[in-house]
Amino acid sequence: MTRVIEVRNLHKAYAGVTAVEDVSFTVEAGEIFGIIGPNGSGKTTTIESVIGLRKPDGGSVSVLGLDPQTAARKLGNRIGTQLQEAALPERMKVWEALDLYASFYEKTVPWEPLVEQWGLAEKRNTQFGGLSGGQKQRLFIALALLNDPEIVFLDELTTGLDPQARRATWDLIRAIREQGKTVVVITHFMDEVEALADRVAVIDHGRVIALDTPDNLIASLNGETKVLFSVPNGFQAKRLETVSGVTAVHQHNHHITLSGKGPLLANVAAALAQHNIAPADLRVQQANLEDVFLALTGRTIRN
Amino acid sequence: MKTFLKLTYMELKLQLREPVALFFTLAFPVMVMVLFGFIFGNEADELLGGYGRVDLSVPGYIGMIVGTIGLLGIPTTLANYRDLGILRRLRATPLGSSPVLWSQVAAQVLMTSVGISLLFIAGLTIFGLRIPDGNLAIVPAILLSAFSFFAVGFVLAGVMPSARTAQAVGMAVFYPMLFLSGAAMPRHIMPDSVQQIAGWLPLTHVVILVEDLWLKGTWNLTSVAVVVVVLILGLLLSRFTFRWE
Repeated sequence: MTRVIEVRNLHKAYAGVTAVEDVSFTVEAGEIFGIIGPNGSGKTTTIESVIGLRKPDGGSVSVLGLDPQTAARKLGNRIGTQLQEAALPERMKVWEALDLYASFYEKTVPWEPLVEQWGLAEKRNTQFGGLSGGQKQRLFIALALLNDPEIVFLDELTTGLDPQARRATWDLIRAIREQGKTVVVITHFMDEVEALADRVAVIDHGRVIALDTPDNLIASLNGETKVLFSVPNGFQAKRLETVSGVTAVHQHNHHITLSGKGPLLANVAAALAQHNIAPADLRVQQANLEDVFLALTGRTIRN
Repeated sequence: MKTFLKLTYMELKLQLREPVALFFTLAFPVMVMVLFGFIFGNEADELLGGYGRVDLSVPGYIGMIVGTIGLLGIPTTLANYRDLGILRRLRATPLGSSPVLWSQVAAQVLMTSVGISLLFIAGLTIFGLRIPDGNLAIVPAILLSAFSFFAVGFVLAGVMPSARTAQAVGMAVFYPMLFLSGAAMPRHIMPDSVQQIAGWLPLTHVVILVEDLWLKGTWNLTSVAVVVVVLILGLLLSRFTFRWE
């Protein structure tokens, strides 16, 4: 594996207020790397330092073997970016934006196939202001891919999109990786990194508090599984406390949640069968990255 | 160079799609000229050196166009681009700030030329505008004035916290100058005290500079000096005040 990004002990403050305390991570070629943290945790400042928009106060950053501060132009030709809160003029048409941005780079891929690939062919003569949120994001991705970049940075790409558009965007991000590019995804959505990222850095208060694959992070919780179902009125959930592996039982009216370890679902299903109960809505809930963040910080990510 | 030309062409297209800006930069000066032209006519008058009133008002309207674009158009456009994140997106390319700023200047110079051309077309067709001989020197004088006011516009855009304030302050600076400088109405009808104040306004010197070249073919050196000083100050300051976001 080739290392394409190396960040060591990055530190950045604005007017005395620390935005990034101490951040280190590396990104390997060809992976989807997630950076996740609450708003204000320092992830955007981190990424802006990586692509050369901010000058770090301390630490070192190397991208594709280049220093983003001294080789900004060279680097700019080899990376693609979608920054948070970036926009195009309202009255600029889709094709005009692609044609214009293509002229900014030393080498580019033709933009017509990009328009097809990102489902904007019918919108090529539409002004930016007339696009939906999802279409704007797809245009931004197309712009970020114009120079056939080796690394693509996508900051809060799906914020403001409806669930369907978000999922469609995830597929497109996977498609970028299929083309052999490295993708860095910055987000405050846990499900997004869980669905997309090969590895994820969790950032909080300007520090990396965890860095691993989503699976390993979840496994590190030594997590319990939850089994949820509902029962007929009058059923006492306490009767399930003795089921093998169950550590906690919660009942709210006829909704029951059992927590525990081991083959919990099989054991619970067997016990329910013994009591002649066949709940239609029996389901299992695994621990997820939300739980990881909660365990690491004692807070939920959107607080 | 290709990038600069594309940016300029794009900026020009965007300007032409903005009806409000178009009205103020292109239509308004023509409307004022036509309005006053119909009221006062353009009869040749011995007292006015053989020119008509419309003939004499052309340098003022040129000043009006330069001032509108420099003090209203540029600050609002640029601050708006910054507020909306349009500059932020440009910044994430290998482009750099120079092409962005110079393409804005080039597009606005072209808008100025279009505005002045419309003025001449309307003047010639409706009022039979009398064009004095040998006055091509107004072209470099107009360019100098435009650069000077555009530089001030860039400073305003950089200093003001938002597009709204940039627009408000631009208007507060522009409108008093517009009425006192002789751009909208002749200076000689104003009281002496007002004319003295007007003497301190940069737009007055744009009007005098163009007026003297237009009617007499002479460079008013005081006015040249004022416009050049404003240009230099504007250029120096705008280097420090420019912000991507």
